[in-house]
Amino acid sequence: MHEVALMTEAVRLAVEAARAAGAQRVTALRLRVGALSGAAPEAMEFAWDVVRRGTLLADARLEIERVPAVGWCPSCRVEFDTTGCWSECPRCQEPAGELRRGRELEIASMELE
Amino acid sequence: MCKECGCESGAGGAVAGVGEPRHPHGADPAHPPGPRQRADRADATLATLELNRPLLEKNDRLAERNRGFFKAKKLLVLNLVSAPGSGKTALIRETALRLRGRLRVGVIVGDLATDNDAARLRTAEIPVVQVTTGTVCHLDAEMVAQAASQLNLDALDVLFIENVGNLVCPADFDLGEDLRVVLLATPEGEDKPLKYPPLFHSAHVVLVTKSDLAAAVEFDRGQALANLKRISHHAEIFELSARTGDGMAAWLTFLEQARARS
Repeated sequence: MHEVALMTEAVRLAVEAARAAGAQRVTALRLRVGALSGAAPEAMEFAWDVVRRGTLLADARLEIERVPAVGWCPSCRVEFDTTGCWSECPRCQEPAGELRRGRELEIASMELE
Repeated sequence: MCKECGCESGAGGAVAGVGEPRHPHGADPAHPPGPRQRADRADATLATLELNRPLLEKNDRLAERNRGFFKAKKLLVLNLVSAPGSGKTALIRETALRLRGRLRVGVIVGDLATDNDAARLRTAEIPVVQVTTGTVCHLDAEMVAQAASQLNLDALDVLFIENVGNLVCPADFDLGEDLRVVLLATPEGEDKPLKYPPLFHSAHVVLVTKSDLAAAVEFDRGQALANLKRISHHAEIFELSARTGDGMAAWLTFLEQARARS
């Protein structure tokens, strides 16, 4: 549900940066969304149609890069793919691994004109 | 900034002008092409702007401001998150009453609509501000800052922020709290942490509430604790019942110690 708030903020940040760069319009907005970010890309796309109306991003296309979750085991010193926050190391089965990637929720870049 | 192209050149000397840019673009390596500069193509040039900025940057900044402000006030601030009906209000009410004379408790409570929760706390003479979020499914740092300004924080030791009942969205929003407390009521079932891992993973403290109902709802305590140990492995876990008072003593001691550290 909070994807509308997130996308409103994405458009606000993009407009601010586009204005600062002197652009007349934004043709593309690229977001990076981690698998464990708590935001659903489908819901973000749905919100996108509404929140960009009447802004410099009115005709922009949205590209969402989905970042898979990657855990890190400090004792084995290896990265491993994971699907959840608990990230057990596949080698030593220790549950206390840290999450290296997968929580991203950011604007990567945009195309200006 | 250059008014023609938005580049950083020409600062100070830029005149809002017409016609060609007043300085050369592109040819000079010290002055790379600006985003609006026309290239050799006839159509407008596309420029890629790398941003790499978090979407929640504004909220995170406000949350840090809240945290600093609360710290200066020597307040212990807890963000209580759970599904609707897990017993957040009852727990806060009981905690505040039992701490009376030891610690002064205030509350910010968020709901989509009504001030029923605030009314419930007010009858116990607990200072409370109700935030009604309308359709918004979580509290954010700005809402908390505004609500906090309506409380006399100098007369408080502990501030509970009762978040909107929701196990998904509040996970992403830092409010400036010291501790995030996630509630799991026994009727919700022992597998709730597995179903909503991001929020349970973000918990500093997990409270298993309504322990008095555990037998009636066939709550598998062992399995629940195993699931919590897996998802919330760094969190402190308390099992309690606000209604009977079981397990409340350990929770209150924890709060007093946390307050002494804050």
